[in-house]
Amino acid sequence: MNMNHALLNNRAAHNNETKLKTEQVSLFYGTFQALRNISLDIREKAITAIIGPSGCGKSSFLRLFNRMNDLIIGARVDGRVVIDDTNIYDRDIDVVELRKRVGMVFQKPNPFPMSVLENVAFGPRRHGKKNRHELEGIVERSLRQAALWDEVKDKLGQSALALSGGQQQRLCIARVLAVEPEVILMDEPCSALDPIATLRIEDLMRSLSSDYTIVIVTHNMQQAARVSDMAAFLMMEKDRAGILVEYGPTSQIFTNPQDKRTEDYITGRFG
Amino acid sequence: MAIASAGLSKSLRRRWRFSEKLIESFILLNGLLAIIVLLGVLFLLLREGLPAFAYTSPWQFFFGTRWYPVSEPPTFGILSFFMATLWVTLIATAIAVPLGVGCAAYLAEVAPASVRETVKPIVELLAGIPSIVMGLIGLLLLSPLVQGLFNLNTGLCGLTAAIMLAMMSLPIIVTVSEDALRAVPKEFREASYALGATQWETVWHVCLPGALSGIAAAIMLGVGRAIGETMTVLMVAGGALAVPYAPTQPMMPMTAAIASGIGNAVRGGPQYQALFAIALLLFLMTFAVNLVADRVLERQKRKFAR
Repeated sequence: MNMNHALLNNRAAHNNETKLKTEQVSLFYGTFQALRNISLDIREKAITAIIGPSGCGKSSFLRLFNRMNDLIIGARVDGRVVIDDTNIYDRDIDVVELRKRVGMVFQKPNPFPMSVLENVAFGPRRHGKKNRHELEGIVERSLRQAALWDEVKDKLGQSALALSGGQQQRLCIARVLAVEPEVILMDEPCSALDPIATLRIEDLMRSLSSDYTIVIVTHNMQQAARVSDMAAFLMMEKDRAGILVEYGPTSQIFTNPQDKRTEDYITGRFG
Repeated sequence: MAIASAGLSKSLRRRWRFSEKLIESFILLNGLLAIIVLLGVLFLLLREGLPAFAYTSPWQFFFGTRWYPVSEPPTFGILSFFMATLWVTLIATAIAVPLGVGCAAYLAEVAPASVRETVKPIVELLAGIPSIVMGLIGLLLLSPLVQGLFNLNTGLCGLTAAIMLAMMSLPIIVTVSEDALRAVPKEFREASYALGATQWETVWHVCLPGALSGIAAAIMLGVGRAIGETMTVLMVAGGALAVPYAPTQPMMPMTAAIASGIGNAVRGGPQYQALFAIALLLFLMTFAVNLVADRVLERQKRKFAR
């Protein structure tokens, strides 16, 4: 256990650049406040886990970074969300361009009802890549990166819905990688998967974290402890607005939490 | 205690099983009734219509251009009616499909909830307008317009009928397509947006393909309506007996031919039988269209069953 932590700390230490940050961010859905005054710096090329009880706003928080909350009528954001010194809620921000830089993997695997190839090529096609040869290159590279190539290379033309759940989720990751993002957001990516598929996704996340900044929302404490370098604990106040309770290196959050509420949560006393 | 409750539940279960059976057979009967009616219609049409081919060979009947029901001997060639139906249906479809699917895409994907909730009932209301009223509108408003626009001798022509039919099949196409679009899982839209697709790209590359078979079924239902519509085309298509070679000519679609002829036909006579033969052809055409629509709809359901 101790060795493990030393390893994690070592990993986390090698890069300390901030890639994403929120400054005093509050999120409202109509009159309901979902998040309150959250300030958080997220490190580049590391895995940051967002943990906390159901309904505390973890997913809403994650969706701040690619402005997916825009799709919800009545959603409003106060404060700043910054990527590389740019506030992404500025008026002149191109949301399409932002979502190219910040990809997202969803809770339930959601490949399009198209072929495996077309799924991965979807993003590049939308962003103007037309050349068939070039697209095939992108598809192969992305599938290899997502550790799926060997399993699907003979059925690129088949429907993606015929793949298993774990394969579908890796396909969704490949689909995100094909757009060459800088940040990958993962919203409970393993909650619909069996333990073996879950471990494969976790391995994949570890290997991707050397090139990408990954933010993952997870319900699974062990998963957060296994994969993440940094962890943020969110919980809700009496009015059900989510607040940030504690943020720090994963090893510290799980072995030596500074806040009583964090300790209660990770030791399973509530949640 | 346990034994008593088991006994009670046993007698209860028996009673349930009986009422269950009763309901089951009632539903089965209802289902069978639909099939019986359908077969009955087909049988009637066959019985009344097939003898027509005793006077006229099928070749002459389907490809003959002369319809002289009261001359001696009578000649029954329905090519002009068939061509008229084809013109009117094709043009009506060409107008109604882009308009209807576009409207459905707007309502399902773009319009705010308030607009959707006002527009959709209005579109559905359009389906309830009696066809005779649509005919009057065509007669009064549209035909002078078409006459002036194309510089015709009369505004009562295939094109006028086709435009009115398009208006009449629009509600079906809009309603069914919109339902199909809304049945496309929200996850697909989210995935598309998250990959940086614009709203237009998401509608065009994700939602429409996802709903394609439902939309195809909507189109088939609309076409079925256009083929079978009688009163409007009788009033505004012009009623000429020549084979139409342009949509701006007056023409007499199959339904109009039956409706205008049946009053004068002697029951059981050659003309009567010929009209029934036209009805038989019409029945088979709409039946085929509906069958295709059904198949396509079934495929749509299977595609999204996950």
